[in-house]
Amino acid sequence: MDRFGAEDLVSLRREMVRFAALQLKDPVLAEDVVQEALAAAVGAQERFQGRSSFRTWVFTILKNKLIDLMRDRWHQLRVATPEFESDEDEFDALFRTNGHWNPEDRPANWGEPEKQMENQEFWVILQTCLDNLPEATARIFTMREVLGLEVEEICKELRITPSNCWVVLHRARMGLRLCLQKKWFQEEK
Amino acid sequence: MNSCRKMTELMSQQLDRPLSVSERIGLRFHLMMCRGCRNFSRNMAQLRQIFLSARGPLADEQARE
Repeated sequence: MDRFGAEDLVSLRREMVRFAALQLKDPVLAEDVVQEALAAAVGAQERFQGRSSFRTWVFTILKNKLIDLMRDRWHQLRVATPEFESDEDEFDALFRTNGHWNPEDRPANWGEPEKQMENQEFWVILQTCLDNLPEATARIFTMREVLGLEVEEICKELRITPSNCWVVLHRARMGLRLCLQKKWFQEEK
Repeated sequence: MNSCRKMTELMSQQLDRPLSVSERIGLRFHLMMCRGCRNFSRNMAQLRQIFLSARGPLADEQARE
């Protein structure tokens, strides 16, 4: 294959750290896990036909390490997780009593967020918004949207019911949407 | 008319499970009349897109509609 050069490695590493940090919340731990995944991969490059299959393979190693970490962390986390059972009303304020949007809280058009994704600052805000969510909520959301696990897989890993999972994912998306709306898209306009 | 609040739940769950026929019809009908929820629906798709782009090479493998 084309040799995977130093520059390729730098950019691969940067992508991996972003991926891991979204999942873990802890940037130092994210660096460590990425380092481990890279260490496991280096030296095995020759076995790959091309750069892209090598990249996919390294990312897969990282993903599996993250799943293991989440499984361990979850069982410590869950003990202290009232957010899970409670029927929170944190989004009540967005709606009128009949359940329709308050005019001032109505979701706005975000235009084309594809453009934002190249902006480094956008990712900082996104990480902040994610970190503002309750811990268990954020972890379930990132297992779904960052690791890309199906709801059934998350249920199995964490031993929760699908309907629990749907409720938590809904809260996470409500929270993230609102936070991005306030901290990023509103500023833009 | 169904409440927007209820509809946000369906629009989120749509990303996690297939909706039933009646849920889909109810949602489509609601979206025709409600600009706030149309924007919410787009925001949801965009959120997914944003996180998908953070998956690097795994994004192509795992791309879901």
